[in-house]
Amino acid sequence: MKYLNEFRNGEAARRIAGEIRRRATRRWAIMEVCGGQTHSIIRNGIDQMLPAEVELIHGPGCPVCVTPLEIIDKALAIAARPEVIFCSFGDMLRVPGSARDLFQVKSEGGDVRVVYSPLDAVALARQNPGREVVFFAIGFETTAPANAMAVHQAKRLGLENFSLLVSHVLVPPAIEAILSAPACRVQAFLAAGHVCSVMGLWQYPPLAERYRVPIVATGFEPLDILEGIRRAVVQLEAGEARAENAYERAVTQEGNAAARRMLDEVFEVTDRTWRGIGLIPRSGWRLSPAYRAFDAEQRFSVSGIQASESPLCHAGEVLQGAIRPHQCPAFGRECTPRTPLGATMVSTEGACAAYYHYGRFLDDEALASH
Amino acid sequence: MADTLHFEDWSCPLPLRNYPRIVLGHGGGGKLSEELIENLFLPAFRNPALESLGDASVVGLPPGRVALTTDSFVVRPLIFPGGSIGELAVNGTVNDLAMCGARPLYLTAGFILEEGLELSLLARLVGRMAAAAQTAGVQIVAGDTKVVEKGHGDGVFINTAGVGLVPPGLVLGPACARPGDRVMVSGTLGDHGVAVMSVRAGLEFETTIQSDCAALHGLVAEILQVEGAVHVMRDPTRGGLAATLNEIARASRVGVMLDESAIPVDRQVQAASELLGLDPLQVANEGKLVAIVEGERAPEVLARLRAHPLGRQAAIVGEVTSARPGLVAARTTMGAIRAIPLPLGEQLPRIC
Repeated sequence: MKYLNEFRNGEAARRIAGEIRRRATRRWAIMEVCGGQTHSIIRNGIDQMLPAEVELIHGPGCPVCVTPLEIIDKALAIAARPEVIFCSFGDMLRVPGSARDLFQVKSEGGDVRVVYSPLDAVALARQNPGREVVFFAIGFETTAPANAMAVHQAKRLGLENFSLLVSHVLVPPAIEAILSAPACRVQAFLAAGHVCSVMGLWQYPPLAERYRVPIVATGFEPLDILEGIRRAVVQLEAGEARAENAYERAVTQEGNAAARRMLDEVFEVTDRTWRGIGLIPRSGWRLSPAYRAFDAEQRFSVSGIQASESPLCHAGEVLQGAIRPHQCPAFGRECTPRTPLGATMVSTEGACAAYYHYGRFLDDEALASH
Repeated sequence: MADTLHFEDWSCPLPLRNYPRIVLGHGGGGKLSEELIENLFLPAFRNPALESLGDASVVGLPPGRVALTTDSFVVRPLIFPGGSIGELAVNGTVNDLAMCGARPLYLTAGFILEEGLELSLLARLVGRMAAAAQTAGVQIVAGDTKVVEKGHGDGVFINTAGVGLVPPGLVLGPACARPGDRVMVSGTLGDHGVAVMSVRAGLEFETTIQSDCAALHGLVAEILQVEGAVHVMRDPTRGGLAATLNEIARASRVGVMLDESAIPVDRQVQAASELLGLDPLQVANEGKLVAIVEGERAPEVLARLRAHPLGRQAAIVGEVTSARPGLVAARTTMGAIRAIPLPLGEQLPRIC
C-alpha cells in the first residue's frame, strides 16, 4: 500500500533503531503526545527496539481519553431524550460516564448512532426534520475541521434541528501544561503529525525555545516514529532545542489554510478541563458567538451536571506520563477493556487499552521466549 | 427445480399479489401462511421431504455418527456485495458442519419476518438461499415462518439447523491442537466483514471488496484426504482469526505464535481497516477456514488447499507452541512480539 508498506519495513526500522542506539549516550525521556502514536509504538513493539537509554512516555493525546466526565454525562443525558438522535464516533460509545455508557443508553431505547463523518449527522438532520440531531464533537485539531464544516453547512442550510456537543482540545497548550508541571521529566516531544498537518509547524518553535525542548513533528507508521525519535535524540545529544519536521510528506509550516479559516470562523478558544489532568487554560475550542445557537449544551440545558471519577482509576497519572498503565493497581484486575474504569482503557488509542491489547501486562521476557 | 427458477425477476402470482408486502396474517397459520408456503417457499426449496408438509420431515440417514448444529442470521443490510442473508444462512450452517468434518445433508430454515417486508425482496433472498443449498448439495427439508409487528424485527431473521454425517474414525475438535502443529488459513482474512461494513448505513465507502461467503465442505473433504493430518478446523466468522485462535489455544492448552507478515489480507481490506481503525484479524469471514495441521504434513495439506478454487491464497501463518498455553501472539514485521487478544465484542470505528 502506497505510503504504508514502505514505512513498515522491518529492516529499515532496525537500521534507524541501530542509529538511535549509537547516538544515545545518556538517558533521555521522550513523550509521544498522540494516542495514535502510542498505539503504533505498542502494536509494532517499537519500544522493544529502542536502547535502554531512550524512554518513551505516553502523552495525553487520546481525544476519547481526555474528554471530561461531565461532558460524557451530558452526552448520556442528551442521548436519552426521546426527541434526540445522538450521533457519535464509534469509540465514544463504550466510554464510561459516572453511571453508564452510551451503549446502555442505546439499549434502554435512546437513539444513538455511530457515524463516521459529522456530515452524515447533518444529512440525518435534513432527513428527520421532526427530530433533534446532536453530534458529539470531540477530538483534537484533527477532527475539528470536519466538525466545523458540519455546523457551517447546518447554518447555511438553516437546519434548526442540528447541534454539536463540543469538547475540542488543543495540543500546544497541553504540551505547555506538561512542561510547566514541577515534576516534568519530559526532555523532548514527538508532536502529532496529523495535528501539525492541519495547524502547521509554526505553533511549535516558540514552545521549543521557551522551554528548551526539541519538538519533532512525527507521523504514525513505525519508520515515521523511529525517525522522529532519532531526530529528537540527535537534538538532545547536541544540546539543541528546535521545532523540527520529520513528517514532511504531510506537514507544512502553515498547515491547511482552508481548514484553519473554517476553524477560525466556527470556533473560539476556551478553557477546557481534561479528564484525568484538570483544567488547562485556553486549551480547547467552543462554538464562536456566530454559531452559539448550535451548542447542544445550551439547547438541552444540561449545564448543571456534576461528575465524580472512580477512586481506583489512575488514568490522570497515566495521561501525564507519571506511571505506566500496568503500574496502576487496578490494571487488568478491576479495570479491563470489558469493565473499564477510565477512558484510557476504552479507546484503542488509550495507553491502558494499548498495553492490555498487546499483552504488556505479561512478563516481557516470557512473551519474547514464547 | 431450483436451477430453472429466476427469482431475481420474480413477480408474485395471484393471490399473493394482493399483498406486495408481508402482513401479520402471513404468520397466522391460515390461508395467507399457506399461500406464502405454496407460492414462495415450496417452489424454491422443492424436495420430497419438504413437500409432505407434515409437522416434521422424515428423512433417511446412513449408519454412523451424525453432526448437528444451528445458527441464526441477523445481518444488515440484507443484501451486500458478494452475498445476502440467504447465502449466509445456508453456508454458515453448512460450514459449521464441515468444520467437524461432517458431510452436510439436510438443513431446516426458520424465518422471522417483519411486517412490511417486500415480498419480492423475500423471494430474492429465498431464491439465493435455494441456489446456495443447491451449490452446497444440501436439502432444506423443514421450515417455519413467523411474522412480527413492524419495528420488532429487521426485515428478516433466518435460523438454520443442519445435519451432517461424520466419517468413521475422524476426530477433530478445538482441544486437539498439539505443539509443533502449523496454523493454516485458506485465504485472505476480513473480506466479509469489510464488505458488509462498506454498505452499512452511515459508513458507506467505495470499494470492490466482496464477501467471501461460500460453502467449505468441498475444501474440507479435500484436506481430510491427508489422513490424520488435520487436528482442528474452524471457520473464523465473528471475531475473526483472533477469536478462533484464542478459543483453540485455550481449549487445547497450547500457545500460538503467528507470523504477521505471512497472514494474507487483501490490499483493499487492509486499506479499509487502516481507515476505520479495525484489525483484519478480528474481522469476520464467511468462506475461510483455519486448520491446525501436523507440522510434517503441513506442506501436503497446503498444496491441497491451494489446488482448490476456494483455497488458492491459502497460507501457513503460524505455529502451535507448548510455551504460554492459552496465549496467542504474533511476531510483527518489526520483529517485535505482540499478544493477539480475544476481541471484546463489537467493532468500533475509531475517531481518528
